[in-house]
Amino acid sequence: MTAEQIQALLQERFGDKITGGNMQAIDPWVEVSPSAIVDVCRFAKTDSRLLMEHLNDLTGVDYFEPDAAKQKNFGHQPHVEVVYHLSSYTHKHKITLKVILPRWQNDKAGELPEVPSVSGVWGIANWHERECYDLVGVKFLGHPNHTRILCDDDWVGHPLRKDYEFPLEFQGIRGK
Amino acid sequence: MSLTIEDPRVVEFDVRTDEMLVNMGPQHPSTHGVLRLLLRTDGEICYEVTPFIGYLHRCAEKIGENLTPVQWVPYTDRMDYLAAMNMNLGMALAAEKLLGMEVPEKANCLRVMIGELNRVASHLVGMGAYGLDLGTFSPFLYAFREREIILDLFEEVCGARLTYSYITVGGVTHDLPNQIPIPPGLAALIGKSPNTKLSWMEACTLFLDWLEKRISEYHTLLTRNHIFIKRTAGLGVLTKEMAMDYGCTGPVLRGSGVDWDLRRDGDPFYTRMYQGYNFQIPVAPFKEAPNEALLGDNWCRFYVRMMEVVQSISLVRQAMAKYPTTTGTYRMPHKMTTKLPKNEVYLETEAPRGAMGFYFVGNGDANPYRARAKSSCFCNLSITEPMCEGVLLADIPAIVGSLDIVMGEIDR
Repeated sequence: MTAEQIQALLQERFGDKITGGNMQAIDPWVEVSPSAIVDVCRFAKTDSRLLMEHLNDLTGVDYFEPDAAKQKNFGHQPHVEVVYHLSSYTHKHKITLKVILPRWQNDKAGELPEVPSVSGVWGIANWHERECYDLVGVKFLGHPNHTRILCDDDWVGHPLRKDYEFPLEFQGIRGK
Repeated sequence: MSLTIEDPRVVEFDVRTDEMLVNMGPQHPSTHGVLRLLLRTDGEICYEVTPFIGYLHRCAEKIGENLTPVQWVPYTDRMDYLAAMNMNLGMALAAEKLLGMEVPEKANCLRVMIGELNRVASHLVGMGAYGLDLGTFSPFLYAFREREIILDLFEEVCGARLTYSYITVGGVTHDLPNQIPIPPGLAALIGKSPNTKLSWMEACTLFLDWLEKRISEYHTLLTRNHIFIKRTAGLGVLTKEMAMDYGCTGPVLRGSGVDWDLRRDGDPFYTRMYQGYNFQIPVAPFKEAPNEALLGDNWCRFYVRMMEVVQSISLVRQAMAKYPTTTGTYRMPHKMTTKLPKNEVYLETEAPRGAMGFYFVGNGDANPYRARAKSSCFCNLSITEPMCEGVLLADIPAIVGSLDIVMGEIDR
């Protein structure tokens, strides 16, 4: 199936839960509302027309420009994206799903945005979501083991956030 | 009386011991680097395995956001340092796809040649180190003797022996040298004078001729070795469904019987590099398998790698035959400060250990807005938790070793 057909199929099945997309991008993507992501993923994995057995990658992108002088040319509203790359071994097609989240839940700095976990759909999502939480700072609701994976357990902050400040000291070790 | 133990837990029931938490690693020789496994054991049986990673985390993705793709190439070397050429290739292809660059035929031919030669070197280490995990030292020495010559050949091409940064955005950094001194290891093995001078391709052909004959010896040493079969066949069985669910790729996936190789089934931007080449994709089950072997066990994963070495040798030969007729240059002019378009790209390539994915988000700047490396070993390692439940303690190195992980790639 082409990306357009996949988008049409998802739109037909989920209606207004599919909130947008870009079919002209190099890797066409479909935007899904955060509340529906688990249902969409389960449908994509099990529906015989899609059969997306493989979650290639799950990651997050932080869109934010901390430098006020550069904000004019930045071209994005501040937000966080969670990106799901799916593909099918059977049909040999692929699609990218995106969930758009606020940078901070309820606009309170430090409160992580929340999205339901898809670790019940693909086993590998468990570790990818832990990494995404660790580095990008996205909270995955219903995750069985919501802990950091690469950084230490008592690490402060999420390094791939654009406004992340490198710690001057960590457990007595000087940073800069 | 049968000597096989059906379910090891049944025997343990009579001689129940205390539960014990054991830390295996991060400095354990059979965890292939700095992997820590927390084992909940009861006597010889391990009930729960929890892997802890991150000891080799070097912030590669954060660094990638602050460098242009060309500058990031040396950092990709340090991901899977046993197959640095393949890491360079994946990253370069993703950047080229984002930039819409077409690489000349000659560069593509060199990429296939060098990439496949690196796959051979990587699988040789995989084979040797796996023998080491299971307690046999000699295959490791033979594997490193062969790999040494490949490293010498790479050194003649790009000057480095481990972190090559050879394949880069726009092509490769050097053409093949016309005259090189014969690699000392090769001269000793085939009885040539160490002062012999020959072209790179001649040296490579001599080496491949020599290596091809040795493969049956490795099979005698390991694959058909009775002890090796006892330690691997029927153990660490990974079903097809589980392999797909946990996103396993590469030899781990093919060892479980999924016929999937990105060199044939991947993105057209990548597969066209392999157009015109003849190669088979070894997929379990194998008719050579011992009777005890099951689909998706340690033995199958190991054998997939061994068979891939043969295919890669043939690919290197095909690329060398094609090389003199190729057109174009080995490298396209590419400015380091080229602005990346406002677009994003995710591309996976078949590295020796599985599908290595690179994800770039461009935002009109020379540095990518987001650079992500999705590691294949990361996904392959995540199955240790379900796979090592209720196995004997001594089988854990055998199972983890069969996944052939490299921690540099997992932690990035």
